[in-house]
Amino acid sequence: MSLRSPLGRALGKGSAGEGAGNWLAQRVTSVALVPLGLWFVFSLTSLPSFLYGDVAMWLRRPWNAVLLLAFVLVLVWHSRLGIQVVIEDYVHGKGAKPAALLTSTLLHLLLAVALVFAIARVALRGTV
Amino acid sequence: MRSRPLSPHLGVFKFIHTMVLSILHRISGIAQSVGLLLLTYWLMALATGPEAYARAAEVLGSVIGRIVLAGLLLAFVYHLCAGIRHLTWDAGYGLEKAEARKSGILVVIATVVIFAALALLAFFTPGRGGV
Repeated sequence: MSLRSPLGRALGKGSAGEGAGNWLAQRVTSVALVPLGLWFVFSLTSLPSFLYGDVAMWLRRPWNAVLLLAFVLVLVWHSRLGIQVVIEDYVHGKGAKPAALLTSTLLHLLLAVALVFAIARVALRGTV
Repeated sequence: MRSRPLSPHLGVFKFIHTMVLSILHRISGIAQSVGLLLLTYWLMALATGPEAYARAAEVLGSVIGRIVLAGLLLAFVYHLCAGIRHLTWDAGYGLEKAEARKSGILVVIATVVIFAALALLAFFTPGRGGV
């Protein structure tokens, strides 16, 4: 006799009505990344140079900072979902799989924080 | 774990180019997830200041750095084109075999053309490739 309730045993084992959430989020982020990714690549390739001054000046323009923030946040989200699917497909160990998923999630969280911080610091330097 | 029947049996299929495109989509995605580390490194260096940025630019602008960045650009362009192909499938279009094969070729052509144009812009225009 287990101490777990029937509900506790059933949760997490099958459909909870949110099965399409991961799939849908991957598509929504894909659609957002088409214009954002194109903007990012064209924006960077049309910089006069990759010297500090030119890149910093570019990022100090408010719309560039806003679009770059949107781009990196959606990118990190999309990357996390993609890596999650890859791990679920190839890593099957009882301990290895959750460990890999947890590592990926935390690493993506750290990247998101670092990217937001870096963009904000450059974009707001000299204005606050 | 009890051994279960495995699928797909990759060895028994006749080769078709769409198989390669399928795995390339995943590989280019993983490559860009690694590239996300480089993007973070570059922007953190930019946020740290001119000296840190100059060091990062030296690393990224080295021969190896440029090869990696060119590879990432290629992965980006391919993943973008193939991703649009996937989205059209999700919308219910182009799922017939002949259509899927044709769109696969189209993705390869688009990737080559867009990559070449961007690479020229980014790496070979005078006064730009320099870091």
